[in-house]
Amino acid sequence: MNLSNIPILSIITYIPLAGALALVFLVPKEKTGAIKAFATLVAAIDLVASLPLWWAFDRARDGYQFVEKASWIPSLGVNYHFGIDGISLVLILLTTIVGLIAVYCSYSAITERQKEYYILLLLLQTFMIGTFCCLDLFLFYVFWEVMLVPMYFLIGVWGGQRRLYAAIKFFLYTLAGSVLMLLGIIALYFYNTSGFLAYKGLGNAPSFSIEHLTAVAAGMPAELQVWLFFAFFFGFAIKVPMFPFHTWLPDAHTEAPTAGSVILAAILLKMGTYGFVRFSLPMFPEAVRNPRVVGTMVALALIGIVYGAMVTLVQKDMKRLIAYSSVSHLGFVMLGIFACNMAGVQGGVLQMINHGISTGALFLLVGVVYERRHTRMIAEYGGLAKQMPLYATYFLIVALSSMGLPLLNGFIGEFTILQGAFARNFWWAFCAATGIVLGAAYLLWLYQRIFFGEITNPANAKLPDLTVREQLTLAPLVLLALWIGLYPKPIFDVIRRPSEKIVQAVGGTALEPPALAMKAGAASPDAVAAAPASRP
Amino acid sequence: MRNLLWAIPLFPLIGFLINGLVYLLSHRTKGETHGHGGGYGTDAHTAATAPDTAHDTGHDPGHHEIPFKGLHTVVGVGSVVIACVLAFGAIFDIGLKAFSEGASHSITLWRWIPLAVNQAVGQIPGSAGEWFVDVTLRIDSLSALMLAFVTFVGSLIHLYSVGYMGHEEGFGRFFAYLNLFMFAMLVLVLGGNFLLLFVGWEGVGLCSYLLIGYYYEKNYAADAGKKAFVVNRIGDFGFILGIFGVFGLFGSLDFQKVFAAAAANPAAYTPYMTVICLLLFVGACGKSAQFPLYVWLPDAMAGPTPVSALIHAATMVTAGVYMIARCNVFFRLAPNAMIVVAIVGAFTALFAATIGVAQNDIKKVLAYSTVSQLGYMFLACGVGAFAEGMFHVTTHAFFKACLFLGAGSVIHAMGGEQDIRRMGGLAGKIPRTYRTFLIATLTISGVPFLAAFFSKDAIKAAVFHAEFQAVPWLPKLLYAVALFTAGLTAFYMFRLLTLTFWGHFRGTKEQEHHVHESPATMTIPLIVLAFLSIVSGYVGVPIIEHGDRIGEFLRPIRLPIAGMPERVHHAPLSIELGLMAAAVAVASIGIYLAWSWYSKGEGRTPARLAAEWPGVYRAVAHKYFVDEAYEKVFVRGLALDGGRFLWEVDATVVDLIPNGAAAVTRGASWMAAAFDQYVVDGLVNGVAYALQSLFQLFRRAQTGRVQNYALVMGGGLFCLVAVYLLFR
Amino acid sequence: MTITINHYLIVSFLLFSIGFLGVLVRRNFLTILMSIELMLNAVNLNLIAFSRRLSDLTGQVFSIFVITIAAGEAAIGLALTISFFRQKKTLDVEEAHTMQG
Repeated sequence: MNLSNIPILSIITYIPLAGALALVFLVPKEKTGAIKAFATLVAAIDLVASLPLWWAFDRARDGYQFVEKASWIPSLGVNYHFGIDGISLVLILLTTIVGLIAVYCSYSAITERQKEYYILLLLLQTFMIGTFCCLDLFLFYVFWEVMLVPMYFLIGVWGGQRRLYAAIKFFLYTLAGSVLMLLGIIALYFYNTSGFLAYKGLGNAPSFSIEHLTAVAAGMPAELQVWLFFAFFFGFAIKVPMFPFHTWLPDAHTEAPTAGSVILAAILLKMGTYGFVRFSLPMFPEAVRNPRVVGTMVALALIGIVYGAMVTLVQKDMKRLIAYSSVSHLGFVMLGIFACNMAGVQGGVLQMINHGISTGALFLLVGVVYERRHTRMIAEYGGLAKQMPLYATYFLIVALSSMGLPLLNGFIGEFTILQGAFARNFWWAFCAATGIVLGAAYLLWLYQRIFFGEITNPANAKLPDLTVREQLTLAPLVLLALWIGLYPKPIFDVIRRPSEKIVQAVGGTALEPPALAMKAGAASPDAVAAAPASRP
Repeated sequence: MRNLLWAIPLFPLIGFLINGLVYLLSHRTKGETHGHGGGYGTDAHTAATAPDTAHDTGHDPGHHEIPFKGLHTVVGVGSVVIACVLAFGAIFDIGLKAFSEGASHSITLWRWIPLAVNQAVGQIPGSAGEWFVDVTLRIDSLSALMLAFVTFVGSLIHLYSVGYMGHEEGFGRFFAYLNLFMFAMLVLVLGGNFLLLFVGWEGVGLCSYLLIGYYYEKNYAADAGKKAFVVNRIGDFGFILGIFGVFGLFGSLDFQKVFAAAAANPAAYTPYMTVICLLLFVGACGKSAQFPLYVWLPDAMAGPTPVSALIHAATMVTAGVYMIARCNVFFRLAPNAMIVVAIVGAFTALFAATIGVAQNDIKKVLAYSTVSQLGYMFLACGVGAFAEGMFHVTTHAFFKACLFLGAGSVIHAMGGEQDIRRMGGLAGKIPRTYRTFLIATLTISGVPFLAAFFSKDAIKAAVFHAEFQAVPWLPKLLYAVALFTAGLTAFYMFRLLTLTFWGHFRGTKEQEHHVHESPATMTIPLIVLAFLSIVSGYVGVPIIEHGDRIGEFLRPIRLPIAGMPERVHHAPLSIELGLMAAAVAVASIGIYLAWSWYSKGEGRTPARLAAEWPGVYRAVAHKYFVDEAYEKVFVRGLALDGGRFLWEVDATVVDLIPNGAAAVTRGASWMAAAFDQYVVDGLVNGVAYALQSLFQLFRRAQTGRVQNYALVMGGGLFCLVAVYLLFR
Repeated sequence: MTITINHYLIVSFLLFSIGFLGVLVRRNFLTILMSIELMLNAVNLNLIAFSRRLSDLTGQVFSIFVITIAAGEAAIGLALTISFFRQKKTLDVEEAHTMQG
């Protein structure tokens, strides 16, 4: 398959946009069936268009692939510059898959203003894919910001009771972070062209190219790197969200419609972690090597893990519960990324995907009963296992995947992350591992409260089990979870090169090795096994 | 056959998939019409049962068709039997003798987790910076032993379940779970590296959760399942950290490589072994229900009785012992960790045995007995007698499975009754159950020449001869504890036997009328297990030359450690015989006391004792209030109250960032609006007003009459000229 | 007595003054127009007188110009007058005060 001659990334990015425009002009508002079908078709086409990337992607090559470049604002050095590496690749594929599921799962959940709803969903997809494709910082910022708009409306128009509060909080909070990031971007830009403050200028031609700026930024004085690191940090940390910037998340998740929650959990949160991987680490290696910076990051991640899990434990609202569990899970991702070694970074990237799959599926599952009962309160349910065995089965598998049971995806991610953290510091792994215990506790308790016991609430006595459509939305995610759990090697192969680059950028080889091995001065077991006689 | 290793776990997995899917699909359509609340728990005596009493019946008041029962039976039992056949095929293909000479066979199925770790610490030559975890199945003498009794006992219990669960509406679900359990257990046993062991480890935990919570409509069952999983997770927390330690230390998780490296170069690894071993031991404590993580196992009796027999007595709970025996090289390098293991084991054995004395639920007694026996096994591992520990694991699997299945048969006969105070005199009514139960009870009590006599004796002898350099007096104390525990074991087991089978019937008339012997699918496994309880001890006969065949069989796993000579103690025959005599004497005392108090004395003596020491009795009967304390401190206190507190913090303090920012912004906006309105606008308007009033004057000049303008023009001109002329 | 330039200037001055006063004091549109003609002619007289005195024809040329423009002015003025009359039914300039500030 040769994709080098066609602008495949632009095609994937703009198919949903084109679909949205077609929806605006061609399909009348009353024909809701046609709107749904068309939106699904567009999302499906987008998925099909994105799949060839998986096979065409050259896993052995460094750098970006499928690059497209065109001048946009020459005077500022802004280019329309697309290209992906392995990390973007898996995230784009996740986006197209989840995008289709999000459209498909909304058929019965959304009954008002359907045309606008599907238009916004498709727009959102374009912006999300675009964000992952960008190789130009300016373009990146554009996509990054414009993405907020459809999400804002999705929450604000089709959300629950307190949707306005949630939507505005979401919008303003993330915007506030982005503004600081913009400051950082501008600082980088000027540092590149003329220099500023006390730092000597480089006098390069104006450019927003991520590759170029990364190379330039990596050479900045350490002090400046720390400043810029924190400028970007706020943008990304709020999006992740890291403790203590997470409070927008439960509100947004709780109030958003099901598809909104799914996309929010599966993709939008990944923007933050993606930002860390793509920008913070390679651009500001000196800052990342600074023990105080890493200490802060890891401390926030660990607090997020334990704190998030503890708060999750006592939630009464299903969606809020899952939202807080996201805080805990993304703490793992951040921990892996800031372990700054191969296991940590690879695990972090993999866990991004895993969290997208598991938490996305959990929100879908909550959406199923929400559509039937119109309540998210856990206390309203109970005993559903009897009434909805299929639903209970799906829920169990997804919950197990989320709590990191081996042979499902969550385990692979958590294991590699913890391994990476352990290699840096025993206590990091120790604290993080408590999150696994709590994870089992809150998910199993949730499961028990929803499914076990007798059916006490008569409203639950006649609930129909999953429909075929609902199963079709869940099955792909469950299959992905199983696939990653059983055979994650393909994904590791894809994300390996970029992870290596990142680790090298932050001086991965210079980082402390597993504490035990070095102190022990232990030789290789193979070497020992080969020459046992040489030992007295 | 040995290359079919992969098929051994595969068949139960296939069984799980078929059973699970068929069950799900056949129950899918029933969603609308469920009104009868299932086939269990609706009978009259359930209401009378205290909520904390584990209660399963296996007996159904109304008969209804179970869809695909035949299919479930064939697939569920068949898949495990095939696995059993394959397992024995593989074992005999390699050969027992070859095993005892160190033969092993491993197959790598696929590369599982390619962990590319920092290049600086890449330790395996030729693949710098790349560490892989593979899906490797491996069989050696230790796995072969486990494999043999797991598949064999598993098959028997599957067969038993066909009868026991025959009327259950969730028949297919039960077999699906049971098959999944067999799959996970076989992965655990066959896993060739720590991570695969961990996969099985968590897998059996999951199945345990599902099966304990099999009667999920009962809250206590759901609670017990959750408790089992979470407590196990606490253990796994230690276990996985231990695995990371191994990984960090050796750069590999493969058993063969890791143990070979540790044995060959002990000096390099010894300093870290204590920590790693203790972490691994935490895992073992969780899975094998050792103090302080034993609390889940008694509650786990909420599951159906075959589950208790298979998972919570014979196989899963021994995984911790298996793991420690597997890691014996590590533990031998960490003598301090060994001491901890021994102390925890001995303490648990005694502790659980004392609780078992005062329990009235037939399954609870057996559960505490299991905890106690597991403590024995850990004690054996703690003193370095790994083979003896595994020996006891094996015999225990037979006699405890027999006891549990016998208890299940009793419960079945009694229509769901589990309280031994309402039983009695069942010996004549259910003779086959009685005889097998009697044999198993005699075995566990340590009656000479039955299986546990040999295995327990081996442990006690090993404890007696053990040497701890740090605390030289400890082994003798541990021996005393072990001996006393053996007496207690004999006592409470005979108490159980007496109250259940001897004397007169103490239940209701209705129950008495109902009592019947169980069907053949249930009694045949009982008989087979009872037979094995008698003979399985003869693989480990002491004293006689080559009598300890199991020890020889397991010798290869005990890799010789460089620079550490293997201590072979050849104690004089007199001491050996003396130890045996002591064991027999203690057991006899226990049996006699139980008989005289409960059979002859009809329970008067214990009642008097309980009345004399109410505090002690209360503490024992309430299991020393450990559950209550955990509940209060960890569950309610730390987790829930802590969570609520943090949530409060989240809503108030953390949310201060955005909400505070919002409030500040609103305030600032208000101020800005005020400033705008009063200051900025005021200034502009004021200037405008001043100018306006000024220009009102000028406005007058604009009469609009041309003549006025002309006059002014003329006047102006005149003035100019006049000025010009005057001041020229 | 010879007629000097002074005589011309005096006549011209008188004519101009009469015209100017007429513009200022009369109410009737037509009268004002005629007064303006008077002022223009006073200027013409001046121009011609000086042209003659200085033997330069430019002044005469200018006076021709002025006459031409006066004709145009008269035409426009009369047109305005008619237009005004149609609106107000009077020729009183006091009525034309809509530009009052």
